[in-house]
Amino acid sequence: MEFEQLANRLAEICPGAIVEKVDLDNPDKPTKDPYVVVAADRIVEVMDKLQTDADLRFDCLLSIGGVDYPDVMPKAKKGQPEPELIPGRFEVVYHMLSTIKNHRFVLKVLLPHDDEPVCPTVSNVYSAANWHERETWDLMGIRFEGHPDLRRILCCEDWVGHPLRKDYVFPKEYHGISAE
Amino acid sequence: MGSFENRFEPNVLTTTVDRVVNWARRSSVWPMTFGLACCAIEMMAVGASHYDLDRFGAGAFRATPRQADLMIVAGTVTFKMAELIKRLYEQMPDPKYVIAMGACATGGGPYYKYGYHVVKGVDRVVPVDVYIAGCPPRPEALIDGLMALQAKIDRANFMRKDAAARAVPVGGSA
Repeated sequence: MEFEQLANRLAEICPGAIVEKVDLDNPDKPTKDPYVVVAADRIVEVMDKLQTDADLRFDCLLSIGGVDYPDVMPKAKKGQPEPELIPGRFEVVYHMLSTIKNHRFVLKVLLPHDDEPVCPTVSNVYSAANWHERETWDLMGIRFEGHPDLRRILCCEDWVGHPLRKDYVFPKEYHGISAE
Repeated sequence: MGSFENRFEPNVLTTTVDRVVNWARRSSVWPMTFGLACCAIEMMAVGASHYDLDRFGAGAFRATPRQADLMIVAGTVTFKMAELIKRLYEQMPDPKYVIAMGACATGGGPYYKYGYHVVKGVDRVVPVDVYIAGCPPRPEALIDGLMALQAKIDRANFMRKDAAARAVPVGGSA
C-alpha cells in the first residue's frame, strides 16, 4: 500500500489518533517524504494496531529518533503571563517497515518544550524500541514513560546533559581529563 | 684490546650492557591486541602477511596488557574509553611504550571542535612516545612509527639514567 492508503486505513482503525497528515498535498509544508503526526497519548494504541491489523502488518520497527527544533518556542511578551508550551520543539520519529506487505510508514509525535519531555514507551509493543528509546533518552533527553529500563546507552552513566540537544553545553572536563 | 686478547673462546663479541639490553627490547616490542576505531583496521593490515609487522619483531600481538610492551592507540579515544585505556596502560609492565596512531589519538582529529565525547589527544591520559599522522595512517606510516620507536629505544641509557640521550627527538641524528 502507498502512504495515502496506509494513512487512511490507520485513521479508520484508530479514529482521532492522527493529528496531521503531511505529504505533497499539505498546504503548509508539502513534502516528498510523507508522515503522519500522532497524538502522544495515542501512540501505543496506534503502534499496536500497526502491528496487528491484517491490512498493515508492520512487523518491523526500523528506528526511533529524536529531533530538536529550538525555534519552536512560544515567545514571552513583556507584561503578559507566560505563554503556554506548544508541542513541536521535540519530535519523536518512528520508521516502520512491513516485510510481509512490503510497505513503509513514518510517524511522528510532537512534544512541547520541557527539560524532560515525556512520551509513552512502545517497547511493550515492539521490543526493538527498547534500545532505540534508551538512545533517544540518552542523546535527546526525551523520557519514555513506562520504559522498563531507561538508562543511558551510549554516554557514560554519570554524563551530564543530553548531547544532541541544540542548547547542550559542552563539558569543560570529564573525570579530570580536560576537554578544552 | 690488549688485556682481552686470547683470554676467551673464539666468536666472543664485546659490547656494552646498554646496547645489548636496547637490542633485546627493540627487537621484541610486543604490542597489545587493542583497537578503538578505523585505525585499528589499518593496524591489523600491518600485522597481517602483506606488511608483516613480525619482520620488526613487533608482530606478536598479546591478548593481555601484562605481556605487552607497546600500546598502539589506534583510533578515537572517547571519555568513556579513556579510563579503561589508563587502566590498561597501568597494567603493562615496564618498560612500556605508547604510539598514538592517527589524527584522533594524536589530537582529537575531526572531533576536535564538535565532538563532546572525544578526548583531544590520548596524551592527556597516558604518556605518548611516537605520534603518527594520518586519517587513518597508511600501513607504511605505522611501520615508520614503529621504527622511530625502535630508534628511540636504541638511544635509551639503561645503565646511566641521567644521560641526555632520552631527550633526543625522534628523527634526529641518533
